[in-house]
Amino acid sequence: MIEPGGGVAGELVVAEPGPGRRSRWRWRAGISGAVLAFLYLTAAAAPWVALYPPNRQHRDAPNAPPMRLHVNPPARWASESVLYVHPQRLVDSLRRRYEVDRSARIPLRFGARGHLLAPVDPDARVLLVGSDALGRDLYSRLVYGARVSLAVGLVGVAISTVVGMTVGVVAGYSGGWTDNLLMRVCEIMMALPAFYFLLALSAVIPPGLSPAETFLLIVALMSFIRWAGFARVVRGIVAGIRELEYVQAARALGASTPRILLRHVVPAASGYAIVASTLAIPGFILGESALSLLGLGIQEPSTSWGSLLSDAQNLTNLDRYPWILAPGVLIAVTTMAFNFLGDQIRDRLDPRATAER
Amino acid sequence: MLAFLLRRIAQMVPLLLGITFISFLVVGLAPGDFFSALAMNPSISPDAIAAMKREFGYGQPLVVRYLAWLGQVVRGDLGLSVAHRIGVATLIGQRVGNTLLLAVAALIVTWAAAIPLGVLVAVRRGRLSDRALSLFAFLGMSVPNFFLAFLLLRLALFTGWFPVGGTVSLDYEQLSLAGKLADRLHHLVLPTIVLATGGMAGLMRLMRGAILELQRADFVRTARAKGLPERVVLFKHVLRNALNPFVTLAGYELGTLLGGAALVENVMNLQGLGALMLEAVMALDIYLVMGSVLIGSAMLLVGNLLADVALMAVDPRIDFSRLEAAR
Repeated sequence: MIEPGGGVAGELVVAEPGPGRRSRWRWRAGISGAVLAFLYLTAAAAPWVALYPPNRQHRDAPNAPPMRLHVNPPARWASESVLYVHPQRLVDSLRRRYEVDRSARIPLRFGARGHLLAPVDPDARVLLVGSDALGRDLYSRLVYGARVSLAVGLVGVAISTVVGMTVGVVAGYSGGWTDNLLMRVCEIMMALPAFYFLLALSAVIPPGLSPAETFLLIVALMSFIRWAGFARVVRGIVAGIRELEYVQAARALGASTPRILLRHVVPAASGYAIVASTLAIPGFILGESALSLLGLGIQEPSTSWGSLLSDAQNLTNLDRYPWILAPGVLIAVTTMAFNFLGDQIRDRLDPRATAER
Repeated sequence: MLAFLLRRIAQMVPLLLGITFISFLVVGLAPGDFFSALAMNPSISPDAIAAMKREFGYGQPLVVRYLAWLGQVVRGDLGLSVAHRIGVATLIGQRVGNTLLLAVAALIVTWAAAIPLGVLVAVRRGRLSDRALSLFAFLGMSVPNFFLAFLLLRLALFTGWFPVGGTVSLDYEQLSLAGKLADRLHHLVLPTIVLATGGMAGLMRLMRGAILELQRADFVRTARAKGLPERVVLFKHVLRNALNPFVTLAGYELGTLLGGAALVENVMNLQGLGALMLEAVMALDIYLVMGSVLIGSAMLLVGNLLADVALMAVDPRIDFSRLEAAR
């Protein structure tokens, strides 16, 4: 099945580097790995990377545009700083018009005041990606929002992989009516119109939950929808392995069923599991973003990239403050990186998938 | 074949039952209901609310209410919307056309673009056009469609070439018939692009793979060996065979598009089933949610069924007992 941006985690799409281009493909995958590592490290170190707490409001800087980073000439690196920004001042609070004061500079130093990159002066206001209507720094909110958005992918995939793997292995190995029953359940799950169903399910999220509980509920809902496709493929793989000589040999040697499953069967399906879960991560991130965007997922005061993007649903905002699209860029970059990486891992694990073409 | 069709339709019944039952439980178990918002309003007496609740069958156990709802549906009545106080069927009827129109338009665009492009990149494999289009395919599959929607809306705001959101203009009723049609199409352009991009990219890649695979088949070598022009080999032999598996995809694609349409509708402010469903979920309007879930699922299942029928039509070799075993 084809997987457009917001689609269901489905089957694998084969990447086809031509002969002689594999090294370059690998190089690209290395880049995507680096991008992901960077994003996850940023999220982990959010309080250090962000300039302000996510809900700190700069009342006199609503909808401020991003400040441009400037690089000092090398001669001033030691005396002043490498990077600086010009301060900006609100001149028309009705139209949210700002004026950049080119005569003044706010020097930014690495490691200043216990942050990755911060102005030396604690009172200086630096809005690298602009601010929202309440004057909250979008850069800091993006960094904190990354925690939710990126964690959704990992936790969701962990849940759905474990559930899918268990169901698939049990169904494939035991066969008979267990297999039949489990596969019928999977079919029901797969026939669900995922988005409609997710919308209906999100009605369960009660308003008064803590952010952590909401997060877990959303992840659980999405995993609940997505484990089935995974289970079916694993079941197919396991049903094929079951009759192979080495499994029969293990059985003849008197190995217990759990041992056979864990030592002989599961490892054979793990290659698929790794590729499929890497490629499923964007699906979770997109699902959470879509729900939060519509106001059904993560809600104020906590943030995720999706909930930040919900400001863009207002056409006036979209027209006049285009920087509020920044979270969308991050979502797209993350999705792309995971897709590249998944393709690459598959190439490594199954060279036949590409070598033939 | 008739037996196959009947069996497939019979299989849809338990599926729909399962889907609706789970949805009903979920919405029913959700904290609060439509009336908790009304209860805040001091101008509505508690008695009136209690009367309304009785009218809509609240207070009975959830399973009883589900069975009552199911009984109604079987008799062709989707019930009343609690919030709008008109029939759910009427509400859905007003909206479903827009959703279907969008999904079908996206499907047509997807296919009309993906097949020629897929053939092109397969034939020009390794060259610049192949690389550029393959890169586009990768981007298209990776860019979230809601983000693409925002980008295109921004473009529309910036250039004024396209209307921003909505399905028709304000002066729609005053337009001539041709004008109405043009107006609708004009509003359809951006959402269709958004919805078609992801599928188009994926389909193009699959098409490229299938054609490259068939290029090495014996019958293609035979065709070349007997001196057929390359054009005939490509279009009459390779393309025809490559298309077969894609016919099934079209049906499933329709299902994916219906789901995708729901999100795009909400982002681009189109009056479709997905937008209706979101309103209903927000208001906990239980019968409207149930109606939307039911119609959405039914459209998906019918799409899948149509895919199988289409496959039967194009490929007489398909063995349906095997097809069923495989799914």
